[in-house]
Amino acid sequence: MALLEVRDLSVVFRSRGHQRTGEQPVAAVDGVSFDVAPGQTVGLVGESGCGKSVTAMSIMGLLPKRGNQVTGSARFDGTELLSLSDRQMRDRRGRDLGMVFQDPLSSLNPVVPIGLQVTEVLERHQGTPRKQAAMEAAELLDKVGIPDPRRRLSEYPHQLSGGMRQRALIAIALACRPRLLIADEPTTALDVTIQAQILALLAELVRDTGTALIMITHDLGVVAGLCDEVNVLYAGRVVERAKRHDLFAAPRHPYTHGLLSSIPRLDSPRGERLVPIKGSVADNIPWQNGCAFAPRCPNAIDTCVEVTPEMAVDPLVSRRLLRCHNPVTATQREALT
Amino acid sequence: MTARTDKIDELAQRAAESDAGVSLAAAAWRRLRRNPVFLVGAGIVVLFVVLAILSPLLAAHDPADPMLGDQVVRARNEIPPPQPGHPLGGDQVGRDLLSRLLVGAQQTLLVGVLATLIGLAGGLVLGTLAGALSGWVDTVVMRAVDVMLSIPGLLLAVSIGALFAQPNQYTVILAVAIVQIPVFARLLRGSMLAQRHSDHVLAARALGVRQRAIVFRHMLPNSLGPVIVQATLVLAIAIIEAAGLSFLGLGNPDDRLPEWGQMLGQAQNVIDSHPQLAFWPAGCIIVVALGFTLVGESLREALDPKSRR
Repeated sequence: MALLEVRDLSVVFRSRGHQRTGEQPVAAVDGVSFDVAPGQTVGLVGESGCGKSVTAMSIMGLLPKRGNQVTGSARFDGTELLSLSDRQMRDRRGRDLGMVFQDPLSSLNPVVPIGLQVTEVLERHQGTPRKQAAMEAAELLDKVGIPDPRRRLSEYPHQLSGGMRQRALIAIALACRPRLLIADEPTTALDVTIQAQILALLAELVRDTGTALIMITHDLGVVAGLCDEVNVLYAGRVVERAKRHDLFAAPRHPYTHGLLSSIPRLDSPRGERLVPIKGSVADNIPWQNGCAFAPRCPNAIDTCVEVTPEMAVDPLVSRRLLRCHNPVTATQREALT
Repeated sequence: MTARTDKIDELAQRAAESDAGVSLAAAAWRRLRRNPVFLVGAGIVVLFVVLAILSPLLAAHDPADPMLGDQVVRARNEIPPPQPGHPLGGDQVGRDLLSRLLVGAQQTLLVGVLATLIGLAGGLVLGTLAGALSGWVDTVVMRAVDVMLSIPGLLLAVSIGALFAQPNQYTVILAVAIVQIPVFARLLRGSMLAQRHSDHVLAARALGVRQRAIVFRHMLPNSLGPVIVQATLVLAIAIIEAAGLSFLGLGNPDDRLPEWGQMLGQAQNVIDSHPQLAFWPAGCIIVVALGFTLVGESLREALDPKSRR
């Protein structure tokens, strides 16, 4: 039983006066569906502008009302989040749904001590008295591995290191034990060593508390370490969904394959060149006229620019959904790596 | 070997000290303390504030008592020259000039500070409303502010001051304060808008924090820096504008309680023969205004994120 069921979620950006100027509304997210079960970690992976952050923001109800049209469904434990009122959504955020952002320094209020930022959530959602909230805050900071938590309570964000700040943010997001945590690129702004620590912390928290985790990242290393299931997004649509091991062992969508081959590997032969994905997101064609990835795809065939590919069970590997006319075959993978 | 560990200890010590600040304010203070511009400005301000506070004790004579009146000869345009007990001499009716300047410091600073505080309070209310609510409230408030800003400050203050049938020091304060309101309102609204789209406000919203708490705990405190700097600069302007109003006769008509602008206004009749009567109050206004401006500018520098380490 899934905790969060996202079905056919679409977000359309409308610039003001688009009808007058004839400007086409942009679909940032275009019919995304996925499930997250308690204790499960689901990855949303893709390059900048593929719609992964917008997906998260629309589930959290954080997109500005003006200029954005959100359609589809996001059911959280049976409740349709998209139809909740602002007030109801505000009561859910921080209590049932937590979110951790990319830049830990700018995501903390610079003029408020860390302790108050933790107790603020506790007071808001649980009505915890201030004194008791401070005790709980110290415990929370301790739980996320901040040494000497009592002293840290009275310190300001700029006095903490980057890793500490991200730990503090995670503590704040988890203060009310939300059942779903969305982490939007939580390690991007951190050093590699700190990244590993933060990922280990998140994995531990998911294991201990049974929190469902949506991991948004462009970093396949993060995916490899943490996610049970991975959704690869391209131009607002999911193009491939697979269990983590299946995905890494045998990427089927040319985009996934491209992502994986553009990462340097320690075990590849000396002097081997990296294979980047050609072009940029700007080269996309609209999904209506075929596959958006076709202009950049090494596997593109004529069908790709004529017929929009549908999400379907992979004919070769079951347990996997794929949106592609001409997937990468084992022989191709051999040839490249 | 020991030399190197010593060196490392010293560096660690220095790093610890440089990060020992409790808050952003403490860090700004550390930068200010080393800034000569701030030291000069603060020296001037502190000096005049102390003089103003202690003026009832320091003034040797009653500023309203024409004790040197017998030395005033209107026909020959003579006023009392500097003499023992009266280092600056007397004014055109024979009152001790130094005592009037000292007591005048109190009045002038009081007018400046009160006008700034009232203007600041009004600006905070309007700016917070506009920045927090946006929409039509923002539009209405900001257009009103634009209208007020389109009129030169001193001219607006004179117009407001002229509305009162019986001008006194409070009408001066009010007139000068009203002129400062739009300045603060616009500044605060601007920095509130920047805060509204900041990551930490988004993070607070993602935690379900209520709108009121977001405005007062997250947006407003982070928007106050530039407003505080502006307040010190406005102090200088307020003193000059209040003096201007008094000079034009829109101030307190009762000259038993002296004020620099008023002294300057009264001196203009005899400025050809006795420029010292204008020189002293004018000099005091200039120096105090300079002091506040220097403090304001160095504060701005210290709080500017670009100048931070």
